[in-house]
Amino acid sequence: MKIPTLREVATEARLLLIGIPVFLWTMIPIYHMFLFAISPKEDAFSGKLWPDHPTLHNFEIVFKQQHYFLRDFYVQFWNSLVIAAAVGVLTLFIATAAAFSISRLKVPGGRVVMNLALFTYFIPAAFLAVPMYRTMGNYGLLNNHWALILAMVTIASPYAIWVLKQASDKLPVELDEAAVMDGATTLQIFRLVYVPLMMPSLVAIGTYAVLLAWNEYLYAFLLLSNDREITLPVALGNFLAADDSPWELLMTTGFIYALPPAAIYYAFRRYMVGGLTAGAVKS
Amino acid sequence: MAITLSGDQALPAPPLSSRLTPAQVWGIVLLAPYLLVFLAFVVYPVCYGLWLARAPANYVALYNDPIFARAAVNTLIFLVIGINIKMLIALFLSGFFAQQRTWIKWLSVIFILPWAVPSIPTILSVRFMLNPEWGVINHLIFSFTGDDGPNWLNDPTVALSMAIGVHIWKSLPFWTLILITGRLAISHDLFEAAEVDGASWWQKFRFITWPSMQTLYITCTLLSMIWTLGDFNSVYLLTGGGPADLTHVLATLGIRYLRLDQLSLAMASIVCAMPFVLPLVYFMMKRLSR
Repeated sequence: MKIPTLREVATEARLLLIGIPVFLWTMIPIYHMFLFAISPKEDAFSGKLWPDHPTLHNFEIVFKQQHYFLRDFYVQFWNSLVIAAAVGVLTLFIATAAAFSISRLKVPGGRVVMNLALFTYFIPAAFLAVPMYRTMGNYGLLNNHWALILAMVTIASPYAIWVLKQASDKLPVELDEAAVMDGATTLQIFRLVYVPLMMPSLVAIGTYAVLLAWNEYLYAFLLLSNDREITLPVALGNFLAADDSPWELLMTTGFIYALPPAAIYYAFRRYMVGGLTAGAVKS
Repeated sequence: MAITLSGDQALPAPPLSSRLTPAQVWGIVLLAPYLLVFLAFVVYPVCYGLWLARAPANYVALYNDPIFARAAVNTLIFLVIGINIKMLIALFLSGFFAQQRTWIKWLSVIFILPWAVPSIPTILSVRFMLNPEWGVINHLIFSFTGDDGPNWLNDPTVALSMAIGVHIWKSLPFWTLILITGRLAISHDLFEAAEVDGASWWQKFRFITWPSMQTLYITCTLLSMIWTLGDFNSVYLLTGGGPADLTHVLATLGIRYLRLDQLSLAMASIVCAMPFVLPLVYFMMKRLSR
């Protein structure tokens, strides 16, 4: 084994001096949430860094819905799931069709549509939320899952179209031409050539839309209010309505709620990093 | 705007009806779902909102509302100070994470967590940490000094700083990740040549890293500013706009008016932000639609 020189030790020490604060900064809020989830109420509120009696009792309460705030836990979890899945599927369908049309079929006016979509992408979501709320009221969709689904599709599609268009611009034109030579119809090209080739980007965009919908709070809490219609994040926000909120249960539910997106993110990280950051900001 | 014409489109155009090839008809059909969504959920709400905000009385009311002025100032602080601090840290950390070390690879996997998990539970977690009576921070302060810690979220300046902190916590990983890709794209030969010439780290940064990352950095900063205008969660979930409505930003203020059933005021406050938003949006669109 090579003995490190003084200079190497100094470099390593300096890196650690950055690395350790970064680690703590990142982990403290998450650890704190986890700590609450495994602490009985007394321990959680006494500011201990590790509970005297770590327990899974909080999870039991959540899974058995044994608290006023949790009585619709499964329904709300299911709502979150259905809405996220629907947003993922609809966004993929709309964005893939649009990107194919703009990039491969060179539809007249495609460029204008692309620019309009990009414009929407840059409108801050909280600003669009105000008129969107009223619009959903006009359409009679308030308190209906479709309101949230359609709102999230509206927000997710512009970026989805843009990323997919960038990706499909890179596919060689010869592929389409060869397929046309072989007598393929437009739909066949779409189904048999385009979609299979675009798979990595489609996975990235599908994941993006699902996570966006699952994580959304503002639109969910504006558009849905009925206890059995709301999604989990809105339910979490409702915990704060009481002065003596059961924070240990709030954190436990929050922990459960945070697990699926974290798992999905790490499972698809390869696609996410490649597909999204490359497209996100090209200089 | 350069539009590349494929062979058949470049021919002299016959009348419109026969000009559309079957492929183009399909193109319109496939574009239709998005156009419908766009018309129903972007064009209509925006026009309707602008129509609601048309009366000058709204703007007078806003002008006379001290909360609006405060929210506008807070938003500026959030954007100008908060985002620049965030991007500088991201720039610095991108250099750190670009180092080839196994433990740094692992740290970067952990580092992305705030971005990967939803903001609600983590922001609420921070909120409880700052609780003056039961929060872990004041417990620690008490056990070390014997004094009661401050009532963190009860002071508007501290509360807003904490909201900015939460925002940075959440979105720093994303921007760091993007700046890392920018850094890794720089040719390694340049650094080796600089090493041979005995350049200091500052000179390397000043003459190699910065010139190649400048555009990316500025694009990221502007994009982050636009998006942060819509950051409702960091403020709403941490401070709720309080104490005494002093920590609102435009994103939460619009929703506050909405909850008070003052929709036209909500729209008017958003319209007031447009002179700042639209130039940024225009600039970003020029950048991205090249």
